[in-house]
Amino acid sequence: MSTRDVSLPKASSEPEIVRYTLTERICHWVNGISYVYCLLTGLALFTPMLFWIAAVLGGGAVVRFWHPIVGVLFVAAVYWMHSIWQKDMKTTENDLKWKAQIKDYIENNDQKMPAQGKYNFGQKQFFWIMVYGAIGLLLSGLFLWFPEMVGRSWHWILPIMIFIHEVSALATIAGFMIHVYMGVFQEPEGFRGIISGRVPASWARKYHRLWSDQVSSESKTRK
Amino acid sequence: MQGDTLKIKAISGHAGTVAGEGVSRDYDVCKLIDTTTCIGCKACEVACLEWNGYEFRETTFDNTYQTMPDTAWNYWNLIRFNERPNEDGTISWLMRKDQCMHCADPGCLMACPADGAIVQYANGIVDFNQEHCIGCQYCVTGCPFDIPKFNPVTKKVHKCTLCSDRVGVGLEPACIKSCPTGCLHFGSKDDMKILAEKRVNQLHEHSSHKNAGVYDPQGVGGTHVMYILHDKDKAADYGGLPQDPHIPLLVQIWKGPMKWIGGLGIIAGIFGMATHFLRFGAKGSGENEVSAEGSAK
Repeated sequence: MSTRDVSLPKASSEPEIVRYTLTERICHWVNGISYVYCLLTGLALFTPMLFWIAAVLGGGAVVRFWHPIVGVLFVAAVYWMHSIWQKDMKTTENDLKWKAQIKDYIENNDQKMPAQGKYNFGQKQFFWIMVYGAIGLLLSGLFLWFPEMVGRSWHWILPIMIFIHEVSALATIAGFMIHVYMGVFQEPEGFRGIISGRVPASWARKYHRLWSDQVSSESKTRK
Repeated sequence: MQGDTLKIKAISGHAGTVAGEGVSRDYDVCKLIDTTTCIGCKACEVACLEWNGYEFRETTFDNTYQTMPDTAWNYWNLIRFNERPNEDGTISWLMRKDQCMHCADPGCLMACPADGAIVQYANGIVDFNQEHCIGCQYCVTGCPFDIPKFNPVTKKVHKCTLCSDRVGVGLEPACIKSCPTGCLHFGSKDDMKILAEKRVNQLHEHSSHKNAGVYDPQGVGGTHVMYILHDKDKAADYGGLPQDPHIPLLVQIWKGPMKWIGGLGIIAGIFGMATHFLRFGAKGSGENEVSAEGSAK
């Protein structure tokens, strides 16, 4: 596995540990890129103030053609992600402690936070927002994709479906914005991790102590 | 009226002002359909096809005189027939010319996300511009009359234009020209209201239709197609005409408050995160501070 890891310029010569396999990284980026396309094109159709995005991306008709197709790709990628990460995303007792202390996390008093596993409670919440959001987006999106299949006497269902689509989308946008902010600005180690697959051991020890301990004990027993 | 009547006063999916908004002194045009003198001859259906250049569609026989179950992307004008049994054992044979109602507050235009795909002219005509249409059919969602129809081949939506091309050069719509009984009238909205009122009074005085009235639903701001009905409280008997049509509430919500809540929420989120970064900075990398106090780098 390690031979397939990309080496990126590192912040330091610190020892690193593997956090994401190649499969996980591909899955994440299929999710990410398909989501961003749907986000941009969806915002274009959401408000006239942003319809210019549709013009940039090929025009309204092109956007209307691709948005649902890329949307299905996104949902498929979420399904894939769910199948490989679901087991890491269950809420634990530590998560509840973390949740109670979220103020310290927000204020970057991380030394006060309880030790976390591979993902903290916030990351898990984001994962489940995306899973349930994707279900809402898919089910409502099918109606928006083929409204001509909906008979005249069922047209009353269309406004409801558009409403569900928008509420689901806005929920994922809220999660996505925090995700990008955390991953890119707050913890650039995490961003490098999802590209190269490796994170500094000290970073893992600080933010994901339980996982870090588990990895080091496993590697010791293996060696 | 020429030229000026085609000044645009509302544009779908459009950010910013519209040049023709609130500047016109022109009359609103209006079509008045007197269902009490309609004989269901369908000359208006043919005239509509003729003027707009569509082939006659395949008809469907359903044991009534109705040409087909519903209007279509290339069949904008349909007489709907209904035999209604009355309480006294008689039967009323109702017929109504169904087409776009050209609402003053058009739900199609409100729902449409594509800039310029639907416009409302200063004279009240609501028109679709297929070259800007993206085929999403949100207009179908917004329309309380189920008028816009989708062409699955071109992925564009079509409907009655109230012959905006004819009206723009001072002509009557094609359907009006063809009506043999004179049950179709066309003129300014004010004139049509007066005409309708006269006819309704006549029905009250000289017929058994004591509840005759004008259909000009205020839930959509009034329409630029009005009906005279034998019984103004039984609109649904005329091929499912809604008694009190409104733009669906959820359409109003997601094109109104939700657009602002969502948009401002995103901006507030970006602003909030930027402030957070300036106040608290990035989380430390964990280097050289595994057991140190604070998150200073």
